[in-house]
Amino acid sequence: MLRDLCLILCLPLAAFVIQLAIGRRLPRQGDFISIGAIFIGLALALKLFARTILGSGAELPYVWEFDYLTLGAFRITMGMWVDELTVCMLVVVTLVSSMVHLYSAGYMHGDPRYTRYFAYLSLFSFSMLGLVLAHNLIALYVFWELVGLTSYLLIGFWFEKHSASDAGKKAFLTTRVGDVGMFIGIMIVGWKIGDFTYQGVFSGIARGELVGPLLTACGIGLFLGAVGKSAQVPLHVWLPDAMEGPTPVSALIHAATMVAAGVYMVGRLYPVFNLEAFWVIALTGAVTAFIAATIAITATDIKKVLAYSTISQLGYMITGLGVGAFAAGLYHLWTHAFFKALLFLGAGSVIHALHSQELPEMGGLRRKMPITFATMLVATLAISGVPGFSGFFSKDAILAGSLAFGHAYGGIRYLPFALLIVSAGITAFYMFRLLFLAFAGEPRDHHKYEHAHESPRVMTIPLVVLAVMTVFSVGIPFVTDHWFAEKVRMPVLADYAAAGHDAADVPAGALVPEASGGHEAAAAGGHESAGGHGGTGGHGASHGPFAVTGEHEHAAHIPAMLASIAIAGLGIFLSYLTYGRRVISAAAWAGRLRPLYVLFKNKWFFDEIYQVLIVRTVLLVSALARLFDIYVIDALVNGAGKFGARLAWLAGGVDLLGVDGAVNGIAQSVIGLGRTVRHVQTGRLQNYVYGFMGILVLIVLAKMFL
Amino acid sequence: MNLFDPASLNSYLIIAAVLFSLGAYAIVSRRNAVSVLMGIELVLNATNVNLVAFSRFSTADLRGQLFAVFVIILAAAEAAVALAIILAIYHNFQTIDVNEIDSLRD
Repeated sequence: MLRDLCLILCLPLAAFVIQLAIGRRLPRQGDFISIGAIFIGLALALKLFARTILGSGAELPYVWEFDYLTLGAFRITMGMWVDELTVCMLVVVTLVSSMVHLYSAGYMHGDPRYTRYFAYLSLFSFSMLGLVLAHNLIALYVFWELVGLTSYLLIGFWFEKHSASDAGKKAFLTTRVGDVGMFIGIMIVGWKIGDFTYQGVFSGIARGELVGPLLTACGIGLFLGAVGKSAQVPLHVWLPDAMEGPTPVSALIHAATMVAAGVYMVGRLYPVFNLEAFWVIALTGAVTAFIAATIAITATDIKKVLAYSTISQLGYMITGLGVGAFAAGLYHLWTHAFFKALLFLGAGSVIHALHSQELPEMGGLRRKMPITFATMLVATLAISGVPGFSGFFSKDAILAGSLAFGHAYGGIRYLPFALLIVSAGITAFYMFRLLFLAFAGEPRDHHKYEHAHESPRVMTIPLVVLAVMTVFSVGIPFVTDHWFAEKVRMPVLADYAAAGHDAADVPAGALVPEASGGHEAAAAGGHESAGGHGGTGGHGASHGPFAVTGEHEHAAHIPAMLASIAIAGLGIFLSYLTYGRRVISAAAWAGRLRPLYVLFKNKWFFDEIYQVLIVRTVLLVSALARLFDIYVIDALVNGAGKFGARLAWLAGGVDLLGVDGAVNGIAQSVIGLGRTVRHVQTGRLQNYVYGFMGILVLIVLAKMFL
Repeated sequence: MNLFDPASLNSYLIIAAVLFSLGAYAIVSRRNAVSVLMGIELVLNATNVNLVAFSRFSTADLRGQLFAVFVIILAAAEAAVALAIILAIYHNFQTIDVNEIDSLRD
């Protein structure tokens, strides 16, 4: 187990180092090293999946740790925490990553920085796997920043393009804003609980060491990290710009894995959030889902449509977690990773063939690119929530969860459900718009159409694999589609409370959420949803915030499902009329709904608002700071300098006149004395004799008269 | 009391004083080194006269006269050494004029 985990984690790192050192001198520029590393990781992850999820799962959760830093009584440990959620994440990351690696071998062929590209991909895989395996907040934060770094490197991969390097900077800085909140959250945990391991944090909260407004603040702070990383409103602006990076990168990092890290983090730290924090989370997610969906309607760049679609779907996941549909939110992460990666890779295939990203220049491509078309159709059906495809099960579970949340608390708490159900219709509409515009009808740009061709096999194989996963990631539809909710259970605080005073002393098994009352509730949830839902079951009655929600779940399933199917059907039908049959004129409706169209087209003016509120403010403040610098700081510094110079000048004068004068004066006077006295010494003996005779006479006279 | 009574001490002391003065005058005024040397001899003999006279008139023993003999011997040795020095000076400077020999001056 440990060996496998270490291999999964460290092989991409080794590949990164090798690529960086000698990659360029290897055959094929060393791409097989990165690809091989991630495929071995995939095999090991699948083996783990078979043993734990499909098998008994008796060895979970698996905890391995070692002391990293010991400061007296304060310990920071590093290690791995593997439970069902971790295993699922490992499969998502390695599977999508390996498909993207393979695909990139075709897509990036002939790029001047081919080796470096694969090195970055390996580094990203390592960071993401480390993030998934982390068993404490410190390690989580470190890998969190590492994926941010690789994201920055890969968005700005074609840094010759000014827009690409700008987008990289924007992504890095915007997510940093959220990371500050996350850091504050971690510091609150460290301050109040003093233990950064997940188990330590949970049992600390169960013991009541972190309560009240501070717990809310901690939860919202940690969630801010997710807002930045998972591109939630209002920090979503970086993700559409991140499409400047190579398309496989968009598929891997900005659709399937890294942006889902925020969702994973919220799910992983679930017991840290209280009801207030959950309300913030649910509201943020729902608003994000709605706003992003509306923007996606008017976008014409195929990757921008998918980017906004990603933001919207991440909003779904966040809302799912926020309303207490723990398993549903993470289930959507699982299914979404496959079909959204597929959509991006399909879009990449189109871009590769056409050398254009503009939807109005496409059309009729289904004849030229049958495999791409077929696989993208599957993914579009899935994301639109057509029954039988994976997206349907997970999205329905979220909708049911949010409806139950509304039933439970009433009033304004219905808002998330309302926003999500409208977004579901819009999602179906804009996704089929994309499909119709790109693949159906007649080619609009004949020149580009003539040159279009199906992509090489190295690119289509990943498409097919992901299309299969899009259908069968839920198991067999309508039969085993609720396995995720049964396996991945909401952590229940009561278990941590029972876990005793020192979490480290308790055997790992005691920390399993299923150990107590949550077990029955979770199992029951699974059975209830057997009718065709991923199920929102899994949160036990003992998890405080959602004790009420659970009772309403059963009632919410069927209405939510029917509403979802209806509105998805409506969206697809409208899309067909508008872009398939062209019975409805899109341009006419854009004119009729001019204010809305302008609003959506300009992305709700977020960039403009930030330009005014933040960029201008920062520039203004920096201009003021510059003036302050020149007229106050510089003046002070220069004044001090001038004062010093004056003082030195004075001291110099004193030195020259006083000290040197004294020293030289003494010397001069001695010299003068010597000059005077030297005349006495004539060298004539007889003068001397005169001298001492005279003195003798004086002495005798003195003796006689004194 | 007769100042020049031949039997009194005074007359001897006066002669010695005259001799000393003449010798001293010769030392400071003569330019010839040999003359200076002769002046020194006069001073020494003036001292001798004093010593013998005090010995005769004041004490019974012969300590004063003994000193006079020492001075005579010393004068002989001194004359020998001084003449040798004067010879050496003459070799070096081609003169024995004491005013010319002033190379010790600064």
